[in-house]
Amino acid sequence: MNQDTRLSLTVNGEEREIEIDPRATLVDALRDRVGLTGTKKGCDRGECGACTVLVDGRRVLSCLTLAVTVGGAEITTIEGLAGEDGEPHPVQRAFLESDAFQCGFCTPGQVLSAVGCIAEGHAGSPDEIREWMSGNLCRCAAYPQIVAAVSKAAVR
Amino acid sequence: MRTFDYTRVRGLEETLAALGEPGTQPIAGGTELVNWLKEGIEEPRRLVDINRLPLRDVGFADGVLRIGALARMSDVAADEIVAARFPVLAQSLLLAASAQLRNMASIGGNLMQRTRCPYFRADTAVPCNKRAEGSGCSALHGDTGAAAIFGWSDRCVATHPSDLAVALAALDAVVVVRGERSERRIPASEFIRLPGDEPLRHNELRAGELITAVEVPGGAERSYYLKVRERASYEFAVVSVAAVVRAEGGTLTGVRLALGGVAHRPWRLTAAESALVGVDLGDTTALRSALAASFTEARPLAGNEYKVTLAQRAAVRAIQEAAA
Ligand SMILES: Cc1cc2nc3c(=O)[nH]c(=O)nc-3n(C[C@H](O)[C@H](O)[C@H](O)COP(=O)(O)OP(=O)(O)OC[C@H]3O[C@@H](n4cnc5c(N)ncnc54)[C@H](O)[C@@H]3O)c2cc1C
Ligand code: SF4
Ligand code: FES
Ligand code: FES
Repeated sequence: MNQDTRLSLTVNGEEREIEIDPRATLVDALRDRVGLTGTKKGCDRGECGACTVLVDGRRVLSCLTLAVTVGGAEITTIEGLAGEDGEPHPVQRAFLESDAFQCGFCTPGQVLSAVGCIAEGHAGSPDEIREWMSGNLCRCAAYPQIVAAVSKAAVR
Repeated sequence: MRTFDYTRVRGLEETLAALGEPGTQPIAGGTELVNWLKEGIEEPRRLVDINRLPLRDVGFADGVLRIGALARMSDVAADEIVAARFPVLAQSLLLAASAQLRNMASIGGNLMQRTRCPYFRADTAVPCNKRAEGSGCSALHGDTGAAAIFGWSDRCVATHPSDLAVALAALDAVVVVRGERSERRIPASEFIRLPGDEPLRHNELRAGELITAVEVPGGAERSYYLKVRERASYEFAVVSVAAVVRAEGGTLTGVRLALGGVAHRPWRLTAAESALVGVDLGDTTALRSALAASFTEARPLAGNEYKVTLAQRAAVRAIQEAAA
């Protein structure tokens, strides 16, 4: 049964009109309807953090967000972090410099979570970063490098 | 996932009218409900998005802290009054879930969350009286490691996972709920229900009712939330303790204690609370024997005897940390 409704989403500053089923999660809407596949789906149950995006500047899980509930909100995905000239965001740069990934599957979620973590003021020490980034799992266990990257980006 | 209609509401009257329609459920942060929809645990015909209702404020007036049901866990934990005057409450929130989930999850939704019993959450149907009444309890004859030691019935041995509820129980908080005709005030320690003969009734909220606020009396400057878990972060409690204490010159003059992870509701240790008055904070042996007063009624199962010991030791530490 086709139950699609029209929805207007603001993604990375651009307004997008999509047709969407009310059951669709934000991660599916971003990947399948908006065509931005940078946001990853890991567990689809709120347990891994791979799908982290910013909604109105706050880090949230797009696999537990119904797309219809964020109509009108400002959504930021990994594709929207770079500067206008294509220059990587300071957190992206720190991840590159610290070699903070292996397979890269968790990385978009890690980076957006790190942006949130730093903005909240919870990146003051390695221990604090470990606690406040604990919602982002990394199966390659790049944790030491991720903590280093977040520390580096926090002081920039 | 079954299809549903989606509507947004803005006012309380409008919300209560909508909730009066059968098959309707409110959605707040969605961190429980969206998982239930995916697993088929709930199949509502209509979702009512309550996030635009003006129920997000946190305020302290006339000696009572009032938290709107739609306030987010992260915002409540960061509130200055909560952090300074109700440490146990802030800690219970900050030790729960992850930063992303706390940004999404509401206070009302937190109290409405359901057991993490793996049989209840299974994606293929297994016997579970909380999923299908009368189908049986897989946990009782299966893995009882995470099960209750207090207040279980042969219909269900699950525990309730909310950390917030445990802190609220120790604080003598009240859950305020609104129905179409009236308001009810339910003690936080009784809001979540023991299974008894009706394991399908997870809590005291009736159909059509909305949680509007949680009220916490007084201050609890000397309080502490101790959460024991299998990893250091982003994990549910094996056992937890909320302790609120008063002390004079190293002697306890008043104690309120609630345990998490041991029953399908926060478990107040009323017998121990009386026995602890007059006990010296540094005297661990005396603290232990006073606490034992509340554990004579413990009924551990095959795999969870360890919780009886763990809970008592955790309680000793929580009391000492609260008083420190
Ligand atoms: C991976 C993971 C880890 C977690 N770890 C912890 C933890 O360690 N400790 C802990 O305490 N919790 C934990 N949680 C649970 C989390 O705190 C809850 O999912 C959350 O608080 C639910 O709030 P919500 O606003 O998202 O509820 P929703 O999902 O929106 O709603 C849940 C239910 O409550 C109902 N509801 C919502 N608001 C109201 C209201 N105002 N009145 C009446 N009914 C209402 C909804 O209809 C629905 O039935 C975890 C969750 C996940 C996914
Ligand atoms: S303990 Fe309760 S929730 Fe778990 S299987 Fe038994 S009836 Fe279901
Ligand atoms: S995909 Fe959302 S938390 Fe894992
Ligand atoms: S880099 Fe592979 S999962 Fe994190």
